[in-house]
Amino acid sequence: MSSVRVLVGTVKGAFLLTADGRRARWEVEGPLFGGWEVYHVAASPADPDRLYASQSSGWFGQIVQRSNDGGRTWEPVGNDFTYAGEAGFHQWYDGSAKPWTFARVWQLSPADDDPDVVLAGVEDAALFRTGDGGHTWQELSGLRGHGSGSSWQPGAGGLCLHTILRHPTDADELLVAISAAGVFRTTDGGSTWQAANAGLRSGFMPEPEAEVGHCVHKLARHPARPDTVFMQKHWDVMRSDDAGRSWYEVSGDLPSDFGFTIGVHAHDPETVYVVPILSDEHHYPPEGRLRVYRTRTGGHQWEALTDGLPQQHCFVNVLRDAMAIDDLDPCGLYVGTTGGQVYASADEGEHWAPIVRDLPRVLSVEAQTLP
Amino acid sequence: MIRVHLPAQLRTLARVVGEVAVPVADPVTLGRLLDAIEAEYPALIGTIRDRTNGARRPMVRLFADGEDLSDAAATEPLPEAVTTGRRPFLVVAAIAGG
Repeated sequence: MSSVRVLVGTVKGAFLLTADGRRARWEVEGPLFGGWEVYHVAASPADPDRLYASQSSGWFGQIVQRSNDGGRTWEPVGNDFTYAGEAGFHQWYDGSAKPWTFARVWQLSPADDDPDVVLAGVEDAALFRTGDGGHTWQELSGLRGHGSGSSWQPGAGGLCLHTILRHPTDADELLVAISAAGVFRTTDGGSTWQAANAGLRSGFMPEPEAEVGHCVHKLARHPARPDTVFMQKHWDVMRSDDAGRSWYEVSGDLPSDFGFTIGVHAHDPETVYVVPILSDEHHYPPEGRLRVYRTRTGGHQWEALTDGLPQQHCFVNVLRDAMAIDDLDPCGLYVGTTGGQVYASADEGEHWAPIVRDLPRVLSVEAQTLP
Repeated sequence: MIRVHLPAQLRTLARVVGEVAVPVADPVTLGRLLDAIEAEYPALIGTIRDRTNGARRPMVRLFADGEDLSDAAATEPLPEAVTTGRRPFLVVAAIAGG
């Protein structure tokens, strides 16, 4: 019988939550790397026992941990994320020039076909690649060298490359998202990049429809329809049907189109999930009710999923990487909150129950479907 | 051997319990000691000194025999109390909440 392993990163360590395919009873392991921030834990699609974790600390910097046995044991691998060539400058919040400085790894993206190949999205925004299982990392510097790099500004979390979206059949095609610069696309494996923000409008910018500068929070796509990409932006839920070349809004009847996370159903490319948040000032759900919203029509029409989620006095946030979807049928959903809860649904969001209630602030959730 | 007291987070990362001791060739300097710590415990590379520029990380402090060597040059000789093993070299995490 298939099983599920949910990989949870928090501000004070990582947790592994496992269950069989019924997803009714969960075993909780952790904290791993207790006391350290774990921005992301990722599993290799090519080898389910190969896991990577980004472990960091304001005191001691960045560590990358690797497991070859499904998380039972871990070894630190390489942590040298030196930018290629002259690091250069980007903009600070006040518009002044700030030197590009590595802070942490936000996102780890193992390749589909090789457990030793991983991309890492980092702060200050850049993309790195390892081909030796994490021992050494090399920057794909064409991204940071995009002509607009000196104008990129950090969002509230820093100038972070937080999303790496692989194309399911073309290893040379990638979309990445940077807060607050926007989406960039490569079709040559990362040598050259194009801004992919046409159609985005951001009211906080002096030129709301500028080519770069948008605070894109998260991207998601279904592997069966790679040209269709969904986006939760700072405000607005957006859709592209041409692999990011152009975008249009599908926020529709959501109670708020601000939010951080977005995910696509495992088996239906037109079914999408978001977690509306009241505003960029409030960072908690509208009316103190935690609701996952689902569209079955690729946007515009959304329905609230509430059964088992707190519907009063709930003022937690769900961060950009804190929702995941497994591949079982029906697919399961997992939502981690800044209050330390991880809620699970084994029926596509119809019913929810907490797996755990009292973890540290959840930064990321990934779902690994195991044979 | 130079005795070194690491903060708890780095002891966990290095998988050691309690104080450690590392060999350092004469003349024993601050830079040579930090090199020796990283050679003995590669998991600590980048955690005390920045991986890119070699600078001490801002929230790590270094002390030897009561003397604050946080901003000392790599060529700074360590005091006799440390080189003779009478007192440990201290790597300290700044108190900064958390």
